[in-house]
Amino acid sequence: MKSTPQKVIVNSNEMSITLRRLAHEIIEKLHGVNNLVFIGIQTRGVFIAKRIVSLIESITKKTISFGTLDITLYRDDVDRISKQPIVKETEIPFDITGKDIILVDDVLFTGRTIRAAMDELIDFGRPKTIKLAVFIDRGCRELPIQPDFIGLSYPITKKDVISVNLKETDGKDNVVVYKKGD
Amino acid sequence: MKLKQKDLLGLEYLSKEEIELIIQTAKPFKNLFTRTVKKVPTLRGKTVVLLFYEPSTRTRTSFELASKRLSADTIGISVPASSVVKGESLIDTVKTIEAMKADFVVIRHSMSGAAHIVSKTISASVINAGDGMHEHPTQGLLDIFTIMEKKGNVKGLNVAIVGDILHSRVARSNIWGLNKLGANVFVVGPATLIPTEIEKLNVEVCHNIDKIINRLDVINILRIQKERQEQNLFPTLEEYSEIFGINSYKLRNAKNDVLIMHPGPMNRGAEISSEVAESKNSVITEQVTNGIAVRMSVLYLLAGGDGGKSETFNS
Repeated sequence: MKSTPQKVIVNSNEMSITLRRLAHEIIEKLHGVNNLVFIGIQTRGVFIAKRIVSLIESITKKTISFGTLDITLYRDDVDRISKQPIVKETEIPFDITGKDIILVDDVLFTGRTIRAAMDELIDFGRPKTIKLAVFIDRGCRELPIQPDFIGLSYPITKKDVISVNLKETDGKDNVVVYKKGD
Repeated sequence: MKLKQKDLLGLEYLSKEEIELIIQTAKPFKNLFTRTVKKVPTLRGKTVVLLFYEPSTRTRTSFELASKRLSADTIGISVPASSVVKGESLIDTVKTIEAMKADFVVIRHSMSGAAHIVSKTISASVINAGDGMHEHPTQGLLDIFTIMEKKGNVKGLNVAIVGDILHSRVARSNIWGLNKLGANVFVVGPATLIPTEIEKLNVEVCHNIDKIINRLDVINILRIQKERQEQNLFPTLEEYSEIFGINSYKLRNAKNDVLIMHPGPMNRGAEISSEVAESKNSVITEQVTNGIAVRMSVLYLLAGGDGGKSETFNS
């Protein structure tokens, strides 16, 4: 079977509206931003987090601490995958103890990345809370993990592929869905 | 990207891309050392056997720390206390280790090729931690990592390896690795300690370091093994030190930012003066730190893979 053509489900304009809504929602739910820090999961979670952070900073006129997390070394399948993933940078240049963390990723699928990310964060300190913000929740969870902030809920089957494209990594902003070929 | 082999036996058998992958992967591991928790769960449940037929402090400790920081379990077997003294052969020893379900065997042996024999015997990943006069690949990799970190690149650099090239596995691993990455490699030492036909490895032989010192970006100084003097390979240690020892006077014409490296252990006053070892150009203690990061990188990259029938990790 060949891959089906890609269907655009979110365009560039819709993406920026959704990000703006997420920024407002986070400020509202957390009652302000004083204790708030953002951690983006490599690779696209980092750029989505950066965009939300700069929106929140322009709305509240406050500086928000921001870090990046690479979960590769905390994966549960290192000896099962045939290609070892490239280990990217984890950089958290502040103490997370006592902070309210917003953990950001582009797509929430099985929940395994988030499990790994939380394990890694706990090795850095004891945050007051960790909340999860994702741009797309595509369903098919394998672990009991739910997001606190969702850009778009788009339930699809395991055979479907959803990818978030971002200007920073892919040259354009959109979200596409397709069925993968063999 | 992936290492194409199950074992790390020498830099001779790695491609340029594979060497670069190991170096690139070592960087995030080095960043781990600045955290309060210096450990990640990556190799949880794996077993690393450290099989050392020769004395070693730093390499063994480094491999042990690298394994432990990846959450693997380690067992050290030092030969004087093992059944090898009862006459057990290398192959029987490693077969026993395999029966105990080790995932990695790190081996140091006085015979060149020992790691190759072991790798053919068992299915665990074998890492050569020094075999006779052949290779010491993780030392070569950590030297390259240190050069990359300080100089940004290896390509086009003039690197001299000074000392007993003949008996040095560190020299051979460095020559293979540095050449693959495009450095110009010089070997410097007395004629008795430089193997004939070494030029075939694409190095320039030099018996007088003064002639080239102003061009060098890196000087990697090897330990002079005092027992070699008894084999009459050089007249006296004093004479060796006078001609080939690196001291501040010899460095007077060197570049300001020349890197001074040494795999250790040092004989201060013999191949390197204390002043040079402690100077701002010296990266000798950093080599030790980098060694752990590079060995973590190698263990991590060798750990993966069932070659295709795998699942991908979905978000």
